[in-house]
Amino acid sequence: MAYTDKTRGMYGDVLTGLKDAGLYKQERYIHSAQAADIEVEFPAGASLKKVINICANNYLGLSSHPEVVKAAHAGLDSHGYGMSSVRFICGTQDIHRTLEGMVTKFLGTEDTILFPSCMDANAGVFEAVLTKDDVMISDRLVHASIIDGIRLCSAMHDTFKHSDMEHLEEKLQLHNDKRLKCVITDGVFSMDGDTAKLDKMVELCEKYDALLFVDESHSSGFIGKTGRGTHEQYGVMGKIDIITTTFGKGLGGASGGCVSGRRELVEMCRQKARPYLFSNTIAPPVVAGVIKVLEILSASTDRRDKLEKNTAFWRQGLTEAGLIIKAGDTPIVPVMLFNAKLAQDVSRDLYEEGIYAIGFFFPVVPQGAARIRTQISAGHEIHHLEKALEAFRKVGKKYDILGKTKQEIIERYGM
Amino acid sequence: MDEMKEVVKAYVIKEYVEDDTELTYDTPLISGGIVDSFSMVSLKRFLENKYNISIPDDKATPEAFDSVNKICVLVNEYLK
Repeated sequence: MAYTDKTRGMYGDVLTGLKDAGLYKQERYIHSAQAADIEVEFPAGASLKKVINICANNYLGLSSHPEVVKAAHAGLDSHGYGMSSVRFICGTQDIHRTLEGMVTKFLGTEDTILFPSCMDANAGVFEAVLTKDDVMISDRLVHASIIDGIRLCSAMHDTFKHSDMEHLEEKLQLHNDKRLKCVITDGVFSMDGDTAKLDKMVELCEKYDALLFVDESHSSGFIGKTGRGTHEQYGVMGKIDIITTTFGKGLGGASGGCVSGRRELVEMCRQKARPYLFSNTIAPPVVAGVIKVLEILSASTDRRDKLEKNTAFWRQGLTEAGLIIKAGDTPIVPVMLFNAKLAQDVSRDLYEEGIYAIGFFFPVVPQGAARIRTQISAGHEIHHLEKALEAFRKVGKKYDILGKTKQEIIERYGM
Repeated sequence: MDEMKEVVKAYVIKEYVEDDTELTYDTPLISGGIVDSFSMVSLKRFLENKYNISIPDDKATPEAFDSVNKICVLVNEYLK
C-alpha cells in the first residue's frame, strides 16, 4: 500500500492527540555513561547540562562499573560481537550456559533459560507452560510485560486486588477445578515500590496446589540480606516455581532477561517459548558483563548494603522535608503529588536545579496518584542525595506542598 | 429479577470498586472502566456458580456484561 497523504494525516492526528492529552513521550539525550552524575541534552539541541540522576534502574551502580566494562571488553574479544543465530540452531556459546548456571545458583532455583529481555521472558513463559485447561490469577498491578504474556496465553485469566491475600484465596477457591492454577505477581512493584507478600502467597499456593510466578526485575541483586530477591527477604527461597528477572536494571543494566525455576518448566520454555525460539539471545559481551556482575555480587554484599543505607537516608530526608512518600524500604521511592500538572512542573523545576527525576501520571498510575518516582542507587554518594534533597525542599517550598496533607495538596491543585 | 440485580450489583462493588464510586443498575461497567476485560472471567464464573448455569464464551461479551441490567438479562436467558 502506498503511504498516502491521507494515511500520513491519520497518524499525524493520533500523535497530535497524544500531545494534546499530555501523553506524548520525549526522549532526553544523555551524552555520558549511565551513572549518578550524567550530562543531558534537553530539549534536543540545548546545551549539555550536568545533573544528578535519580530516576535510573541502576540500583547497584553497576551500569558503568570498571570491572563490568572490562569483562564485557574481554567477552567481545574472546567470543565476538553477535551470534547471527537463535539458540537452538547455532546461537549457543559456552558462556550462555555458564551464565544460566550462575543465575540458577544466585536465585536458588533448579535451572535457568536466558531470553533477549525480561519483556520477552514474560511474553513467552505463560504460553509455554500453561494451556486452555489452566488459569492464571494475577495481582492487578503486575507489570505491562506480564499482561502482554498473559494475553498471548490460552489459559483462563483472572485477577486479585493488589496484595489482597483474602481476595487471592477466594480466587484460588473459585478456580479450584482447573488443571493448573498459576498465581502471578511482581516481587517489587515498580510504581509504588512495595513488595509482594511472598510468604503468604507460598502458603496459599501450597494449600491450593497452585504454581507461583514472581517477576523479580526490580529486586534481583539487592532485596534480601544477600540480594537474591524478594523470595530471600520473605524466607521462601526454593519455593518459587517460576522467577523471571532482567539484566537491564540492577544486574548491570545492559539488556537480557531470564526464566529461572523448576527444571521441567524451564525445559518447556526451551522447547516452546517463542521469543526464545525465534530471536537471538543475549550478545556475548553482555553475557560476559553479567557474569562479572554476578561474581561481584556473590563475593560481597557491600553494594546492596550501601544501597540499603542510601535508601534509608533518602526516605528519612524526604519525610523530614515534609513530602509525602509511599511507605516501604525499597529504593523505589515515589514522592506523591497527586496532580498530573504539578508532577510535571515539579519535575521541570528539579531539572533546573540539576536533579533528573520524572513525573508519572495517568494512565501509567491511577488518576489522582501522580508522583515523582525517585530511584536510589549504590552509585549515589551522600553528597548526591543531600543536593537532591535540597532541590526537593526548594521546589517543594515554591509550590507550598511541604508539610501538607494529601487532602490539602488536592484542594489546592486538584486531582 | 430485582433480587438478582442486587446480588450482581453487590458482587461487582465488592469485586471491582475500590473507591466510593456509586453504582446503578445501568452504570457502564466495561466501557466505563470499572471492570476490566480480564476480570470479566471471575464475574462469569461467579454467575455460573451462583445460578447453576453455563454461559457460552461467545455470549460473554463486553457488551453483554456492560451493566447490571444487561448481565441479568443474559443470566435469565440461561436460567431454566
